[in-house]
Amino acid sequence: MSRLVVGPFNRVEGDLEVRLEVEGNRVSRAEVVSPLYRGFEEMLRGKDARDGLVIAPRICGICSVSQSISAAEALAAAQGLVPAPNGQLVTNIVHAVENIADHLTHFYMFFMPDFTREIYRDQPWFDDIAARFTALKGTAAQDILPPRAEFMHIVGLLAGKWPHTLALQPGGVTRVVSAVDVQRLLAILSAFRRFLQRHVFGCPLEEFSALGSLAELENWAGRHPHSQSDLRRFLHVGKALGLDRIGRAGDRFLSFGAYRNENGHLFARGLRDRAGQQRLNTGLISEDIASAWMAGDAPLHPFDGETRPDADMADGYTWCKAPRLEGRVAEVGALARQVVAEHPLALDMLEQNGGNVQARIIARFIEVALLVPAMENWLRAIRPDAPFIAHADIPVHAEGAGLTEAARGALGHWIRIEDGRIANYQIIAPTTWNFSPRDMDGQAGPLEMALVGAEVRTGEADPVAVQHIVRSFDPCMVCTVH
Amino acid sequence: MNGGNQRNLLWLQSGGCGGCTLSLICAESPDFLTAFEAAGINVLWHPALSLETGREVAAIIDDILEGRIVLDILCLEGSVMTGPNGTGKFHMMAGSGRPMKDIIAELAGLAQHVVGVGNCAAYGGITTTGGNPGEACGLGYDGSLKGGLLGKEFQDKHGLPVINIPGCPVHPDWVTETLSQVALGAMVPADLDGFGRPHAVSGTLVHHGCSRNEFYEYKASAEKLCQIGCMMENLGCKGTQAAGDCNKRPWNGTGSCISGGFPCIACTEPGFEEPGHAFVETPKIAGIPTGLPTDMPKAWFVALASLSKAATPRRLRDNATSDRIRVYPERRKKGGKS
Repeated sequence: MSRLVVGPFNRVEGDLEVRLEVEGNRVSRAEVVSPLYRGFEEMLRGKDARDGLVIAPRICGICSVSQSISAAEALAAAQGLVPAPNGQLVTNIVHAVENIADHLTHFYMFFMPDFTREIYRDQPWFDDIAARFTALKGTAAQDILPPRAEFMHIVGLLAGKWPHTLALQPGGVTRVVSAVDVQRLLAILSAFRRFLQRHVFGCPLEEFSALGSLAELENWAGRHPHSQSDLRRFLHVGKALGLDRIGRAGDRFLSFGAYRNENGHLFARGLRDRAGQQRLNTGLISEDIASAWMAGDAPLHPFDGETRPDADMADGYTWCKAPRLEGRVAEVGALARQVVAEHPLALDMLEQNGGNVQARIIARFIEVALLVPAMENWLRAIRPDAPFIAHADIPVHAEGAGLTEAARGALGHWIRIEDGRIANYQIIAPTTWNFSPRDMDGQAGPLEMALVGAEVRTGEADPVAVQHIVRSFDPCMVCTVH
Repeated sequence: MNGGNQRNLLWLQSGGCGGCTLSLICAESPDFLTAFEAAGINVLWHPALSLETGREVAAIIDDILEGRIVLDILCLEGSVMTGPNGTGKFHMMAGSGRPMKDIIAELAGLAQHVVGVGNCAAYGGITTTGGNPGEACGLGYDGSLKGGLLGKEFQDKHGLPVINIPGCPVHPDWVTETLSQVALGAMVPADLDGFGRPHAVSGTLVHHGCSRNEFYEYKASAEKLCQIGCMMENLGCKGTQAAGDCNKRPWNGTGSCISGGFPCIACTEPGFEEPGHAFVETPKIAGIPTGLPTDMPKAWFVALASLSKAATPRRLRDNATSDRIRVYPERRKKGGKS
């Protein structure tokens, strides 16, 4: 057995170390280390309850809007406040922009550059992929930046700026949207749709989101040469490398539900494991600190959660706590959202191969294809003459949870207010679930599971299979430990 | 500098959110890759954007430390984590077993220029709010006090202090323009203000170009968020005191905090993270806001404010507490003639 320490692991929104034990040419055990602690939960204690809306989004520059939404919903729950319908629509639109942009940033700038590594030079697809996806210098990075930036104009108009807006409030949003604004926003969105269809997907979005099985996906991919679109390029590489065979975790998927509507959420809240769809009881979430550099005892529900960092904890190997649902591990992310939402292609991928690197990527494209039409509908549903915000006082004593979905998975804020100020504030971010360490029962976190069995080729110090598996989760390390 | 036309840039991240990089990626006309190329900036490594990982990164850092690569520009994003108890264990650089603060300090000593990108790297920023549990600080400042990781006397190889690009996050153009100027060797001490910020960024106030200027002039104030009046009197807006051209050079197309309907929280200023009051509430003494516009004597402000309040047209008074324009400007004569 040999040991490898991989880090600094980059293109993961922050810093990451992965410790591997290797037997033969396979990873036999992994420990995931989140090396940065800033202390947001400590910072928030004692603050004016409204200040959470300024401070919490600054946990993360890539999930900033999602953090705002969790903070606002937690406060709204404590206030007993129902947002103005227009405010909810604008919130959904801003949220969708962030999540779509994040999916594209992940694909183009974080995930695909690994296929341009020297180790793949002999592959028949290498030259095309290297020209397209080489970090900083490939044509894809140059092609994606202008349309992505223009797509962000939707957030500029609706919420002032990205990241770190203060426009998303418990009762709605701080800026009304006129009928003229709606037309302008629809036009920006239509330019972005054209870009997606022409370069990213190579087909109408509805054609892709209607695919109902892996067989249909394969048939779709074969309709054009792989250089016809970046998604087809990925599917070609994925097939050549067997990316659907690596990176399986526990196949227990959790989603808090995303984009509220009159029926609940556009993408449902729930839990899906090998036995099928389950009801999600968020009261059964707890955070375990057995392997974290944290002082404390038994696992606690986040309403009662504690954050007491202690760099000298002998059994600790990370700053990350281990969130568990009913004491068991759960994976979160776009794949989790789409299997919980019962998208037929996502379900078929799960049925055939379980969670894997390729399925996590494809689920993001399913979402992009579903979200742009949803945004068009939300924009048309705005009633410019009606209010965009509702107001309520800050309660003296109350608590509330704000549960939403960042691009990379379930995000929750739990706030307790005493004397109008924050008495406790706990955050569980998506990558806290996915990159959690071992718990008191010795259960490894999802990434730790997914890495077992990964190939380590002779002489590899930073194994490329490990790179693919880690980044398939679209980790956000600055959220993981906050 | 390294002689050729290319200037080597190394970007590191520590106690921050990565949002300044994400903001940079939104740069337009030109995008940041084009801006860097035009300025001859060669990115040695950027944690979010480069291919190199693990040992390949360690090799780049070793090459710099051992003099095989000239480091022209060191950028830090995020604050320096010195806790707990000065050990730096709150951020041990992955794979190195060493505190990130030590690696930053070593590289800063070798770099031709050192740039703090965003308020965290510059002053400590949001990471230091609420009692600063991580013992975070900036490169050249600890809040508004000189010092920080590199000490009060720090100067780069060209006699410049740490160049601080402020903001939470930075505006993308502030980064591309500052780095271009540095890469050209054109940044001189006189280009920087007392907090190490380029005058190009801090020489204007957020107030300049504010779309709510007429409300400000008449002290026609919003009382709640999502009302279109001036946000200085009640909602904590610090646009008249904060550095930045946010309302002259918009964000993400047409945006700014104020056009998005929420107050300026002065995120370009050291110490913005601890305003001493709720961010969206203006502290007052005897009904008068305690934070007055920059350079304005209090007596004059009070006199002008009471005069302008008395003269406020009904249009502004009514619109100020509305979420949209309810009363339109009255045209006395056709054709704009007076």
